[in-house]
Amino acid sequence: MLKILVRRLVSALFTLAFVAVVVFAVAEALPGDACTAYLGRLAQGERLDNCRASLDLDQPAAKRFVHWARDLAQGDLGNSLKRKKPIEEIVGPRFRNTVILGTVAALIGIPLAIVLGVFAGVYRDKIPDFVISGVSLLAMTIPEFVIATLLIFVFAISFQWFPAVTILPTDAGIREILPNIVLPVITLAFVMTAHILRITRASVIDAMHSEYVKMATLKGVPFRRVVFRHMLPSALLPTINIVALTIAWLLSGVVVIEKVFNYPGLGTLIIQSIFDRDLPLVQAIALMFALIYIAVNLIADLLVILLNPKLRSQVSGEGG
Amino acid sequence: MRVATQTGPVNAGAASAGPGRFRRVKPVMRTILSRPSGMAGAVLVTFHLLLVIIAPVIAPYDVTQQDADRILEAPSMAHWMGTDSLGRDVLSRTMLGGQVSILITLAASLIAAVWGGAVGVSLGLVGGRIDEVCMRLVDAFLAIPGLLFLLLIVSFAGGGVFALIPTLSFFNGISVVRIGRGAAQSVAARDFITAARVRGHHSRFIIFREMLPNLQDILLVEWAMRWSWMMLAFSSLSFLGFGASPPTPDWGLMISDSREFLTVAPWAGFWPALFLSTLIIGINLFADALGKALYVDRENRAPG
Repeated sequence: MLKILVRRLVSALFTLAFVAVVVFAVAEALPGDACTAYLGRLAQGERLDNCRASLDLDQPAAKRFVHWARDLAQGDLGNSLKRKKPIEEIVGPRFRNTVILGTVAALIGIPLAIVLGVFAGVYRDKIPDFVISGVSLLAMTIPEFVIATLLIFVFAISFQWFPAVTILPTDAGIREILPNIVLPVITLAFVMTAHILRITRASVIDAMHSEYVKMATLKGVPFRRVVFRHMLPSALLPTINIVALTIAWLLSGVVVIEKVFNYPGLGTLIIQSIFDRDLPLVQAIALMFALIYIAVNLIADLLVILLNPKLRSQVSGEGG
Repeated sequence: MRVATQTGPVNAGAASAGPGRFRRVKPVMRTILSRPSGMAGAVLVTFHLLLVIIAPVIAPYDVTQQDADRILEAPSMAHWMGTDSLGRDVLSRTMLGGQVSILITLAASLIAAVWGGAVGVSLGLVGGRIDEVCMRLVDAFLAIPGLLFLLLIVSFAGGGVFALIPTLSFFNGISVVRIGRGAAQSVAARDFITAARVRGHHSRFIIFREMLPNLQDILLVEWAMRWSWMMLAFSSLSFLGFGASPPTPDWGLMISDSREFLTVAPWAGFWPALFLSTLIIGINLFADALGKALYVDRENRAPG
């Protein structure tokens, strides 16, 4: 098992390195450079020279990449062009805020999705399934910003239960943040639930058709026991990985949702920094998003390895 | 299995009546339309595609014509869906609001399906070292959230909305590569391919006559899914201010513009939201029904 763990870790690092290369290469391939983009019409003379010097743009790309990568590995993300501050300082609290938003949504969305998905799968093509699948199709296809705007219209404007936008300092404490994120969490959890639910449902339907479930049913095992003891463990295990893969999709949703609710997270920051044409900051945030994705997938893989009886038994096999 | 073979001859007979390459279109369409969800999907997609063509002719007002006296007016006989914050007719703008996004995403999804499908299927067939390395790259690319990448490239590369076509098709093509490769591998392992090998057919015959028809189905459905994803991504970009640019009527942009006036003029955002959502729902319903119908059709036509 240790071998699998190490291999998985190496592959995650490889992916991260590759993403870093791509993010750097895209910035290089774009017309102009970070300074001409940032300064726009002011990009001339001393101002341009100073800016280029501050980013070492006079050096060849390969050399800059090595420097950039070395600094990254040490946790130094460089300086923001617009804010003239180290990027770690700007990104830190916002990274935390996005993680809070995502975690709360996941804590609500994942259990809900599993319960509803199993329910829909077990009662396939019956009324509960039609309702659950129908709503989840809507949640997956209606754009996040439409859902979010609808929620604002109903709960913030008509009923006035929750604030429509978050007005908080970026470094507010968790206690201050929580009451403010009800609507963004609902939006994100809604979309997340829909995606995971469909995967769970398909997997449950597969498992319900398997030989061992038929066998158990024929043996006269009570239906409830068949579902909970025989079907669920093997149906849910493979969904963990697929769920983690949908995170990439959900991260795009986070950007939109944060923007709609003006939530002080990485999403609003990346949009702001694109408007500011602050390329170093944009690159750093893109990397952070990739890091979140890779971390979630790594955790999912580790979970699967820990929960999978086949791989668990290999431990004793290898040990002996 | 038995049931499928019994209905086989009947349907195969009906199908072979049609001419040449498109003989499958009729039975497949019939299966799609026989289900309520497939019917709804087909109707919605057709409605929106027709609208792209005829909206410029039937739109009652010029989409950029502003009217300072009629700002944020409620729906009336003159303006069926009301007016927006610049006094423009919401009905006309909503009718034309899909044009740019639909044309761009249709083009981009076709390109993505073709290049992704070709590369994916080849990788699945070639296998070995090349396949392994390429799939590593594919996995790594998939770790980058698509919308972020679009944002990065669109905002710094310039070139307007049409610059989105290559970017969209490149990134979506990568997920098609994955699907195409998996499909090629699973089809290659099927019994009828082994049978063809045993019969001593050329590999060219096996690839083009035995495998491609099966892969076509999977790629067709994947293309529809990519299209729906791109519509979502494009309208999100417009909503965030990086897609279609202001005087152009575009659903994402209209929804974003209307948010400020949500309390006084909800119609300015409601209609574009409804049109956008129904198109994406329609594509998904259609894709779903298409997948099932193609599967049913293939099972029916499989020699008993």
